[in-house]
Amino acid sequence: MRWRAEKHTPYLLLSPAILTILFVVAVPLVFSLYTSLTPYRLTKPDSINQFIGLRNYERLLDDTKFWWAFGRTILFLTIALNLEFLLGLGIALLINRITWGQRTLRTIMMFPMMFSPILVGFQFKFIFNDNIGILNNALQSLGLTDGAIPWLVERDLAMFSIIFAEVWMSTSVFAILLLAGLFAMPKDPLEAAKVDGCTPWQVFRHITLPFIMPFAYIAMTIRSLDVARAYDIVDVMTGGGPAGRTELLWTLIARVGYDNAKMGQANAMAYVSTILSILFTWYFFTKLVAARRYMGGAA
Amino acid sequence: MGNITLNKVVKAYGKLEVVHGIDLDIAHNEFVVLVGPSGCGKSTTLRMIAGLEDISGGEIHIANELVNDLPPRKRNISMVFQNYALYPHMSVRENLGFGLKIAKQPQNVIDQRVNEAAEILGLSSLMERTPAELSGGQRQRVAMGRAIVRHPEAFLFDEPLSNLDAKLRVQMRTEIKKLHQKVKTTVVYVTHDQVEAMTLADRIVVMKDGYIEQVGTPMEVFNHPVNTFVASFIGSPPMNLLPALIVSGAIWFDENTSIPVPSRLAPHVTEGQEVIFGLRPDDLTPEGHGIHDSGEGTFLELKIDLAELLGTETVLYTQIAGSEVQGKMFVPRDVTPGEVLKFRIALEKTHLFDAKTKKSVRIS
Repeated sequence: MRWRAEKHTPYLLLSPAILTILFVVAVPLVFSLYTSLTPYRLTKPDSINQFIGLRNYERLLDDTKFWWAFGRTILFLTIALNLEFLLGLGIALLINRITWGQRTLRTIMMFPMMFSPILVGFQFKFIFNDNIGILNNALQSLGLTDGAIPWLVERDLAMFSIIFAEVWMSTSVFAILLLAGLFAMPKDPLEAAKVDGCTPWQVFRHITLPFIMPFAYIAMTIRSLDVARAYDIVDVMTGGGPAGRTELLWTLIARVGYDNAKMGQANAMAYVSTILSILFTWYFFTKLVAARRYMGGAA
Repeated sequence: MGNITLNKVVKAYGKLEVVHGIDLDIAHNEFVVLVGPSGCGKSTTLRMIAGLEDISGGEIHIANELVNDLPPRKRNISMVFQNYALYPHMSVRENLGFGLKIAKQPQNVIDQRVNEAAEILGLSSLMERTPAELSGGQRQRVAMGRAIVRHPEAFLFDEPLSNLDAKLRVQMRTEIKKLHQKVKTTVVYVTHDQVEAMTLADRIVVMKDGYIEQVGTPMEVFNHPVNTFVASFIGSPPMNLLPALIVSGAIWFDENTSIPVPSRLAPHVTEGQEVIFGLRPDDLTPEGHGIHDSGEGTFLELKIDLAELLGTETVLYTQIAGSEVQGKMFVPRDVTPGEVLKFRIALEKTHLFDAKTKKSVRIS
């Protein structure tokens, strides 16, 4: 049997992996790329055979709704990641200082990550509800406000509420990774810096922070991919409303693709958004590589 | 003036006291080495001087200023760490200049001092490298450079050579000695290596279990150890220590072996006293092969168990009254195990310690 020949063995052994990648990644990728070049509508299956070249992409260029969602996603990403980084850093620094209970706290910090984003969305939808939400109730009971603050209805507040939920859910990713960085940090340079004349702030600014930045970039890389495809929290909390004011890329894409059944157009949007994700990831990755160089592979 | 004074300094972690009220005066520009086995409190003492450990009791003065409550940055000292403790994300130039930059020195002063230090330490060609790209010896030099650019009141060295290989250690030891001659500053140097202590120090502080055992110049500590610990710790190979009795003016080891009490120690011993006889291998030499062949001496015939050739000298393993001792043969000839040689003991170089207090009979 030729199949038993030794030179075929590697391919035979690799075939499960190759087949999986082929059907799970490659085929859907090629298929969706193709559909983005057709006027494919879910309600008219035949339209998948009609090739229209780049017309879907051309249409995107004039689509203000899309570009608003695009810009809003970048804004959302920037604010959420920075807040999560700063809060995570603060938490990591505090936990690094305590002498006992570090493990327990680390576990507790992971709780928000264990919930499904949809549940987190529902929970915050309830908290921020203008009539029955506990936040407005609390504010009113404390006499801080007499009206009902429209947390999820007014456009800036709605964006704030979503970011709040996102930050609540994911700050611990930063905290845990940065804490790992702090644990790995050698103590000697810190002492050297103290002797060299640094105030505690200067020690942090010049020694600690540069050391843990690679860990921050790892967290940023992971989180930028996550946040760029944010869908569930937004859809549950505001559904992209009011009047599309919290519409992010993926809520828009889902609306175009499924609600309006324009799958071809939605796929074109999806490809453009993927480029956004790739850009962010690439950016943080280059930062990571640059930061790692001087660590000599320590991080 | 970079003098340092320790006054009854205590360090305790909770109830565990590790440094028990030590006193030490270090003069301006003096090179003082704290030496002792692991856990003797020498590093802790140094770190208290640096301000990296709180002082549990007593006072430390640097340049006549009480520093107990000053953070390290206000003590105007610099420190070289065992693991170099370089800043990994900075180049050699930035590492050297960091302290000055923090002190907000003008750039031209920073450049001048950094280049000067680089010149002294031979780092000029490595200035743009990061620590990861340096060898151990180079890193150690950067760490020393970082210390000297700041022109501090005192340098503190915490076992700076123990991470280097043997050959490099000897080389860096000489460089530290030269450096101190060029850059006259007070140095406090911690090591567990008595050879480093002997070669570098103006004064040696021998520590054990949180106490200072003896303070003195290398020659004082070597020639006049105050107790058996110092005697066995300083010198290589270590001093032979043999239990003995003082019987009618002689040091009596057993029925067959006794030697006269050295005349300079005779007034300090009493009949029947239990003592420990201290004899350096250098002072137990086959007749005609010693370095102290004149002066007060006595002879013993001893059988050789083992001979270790070192080239200019041979270390001889033998026994006095059943205890293993080491002697030396200078200008050596071939020696075969089992051979019986007539050994000369240079009596005026020997030591006697009280068996109970372990202190030299000269002081107890």
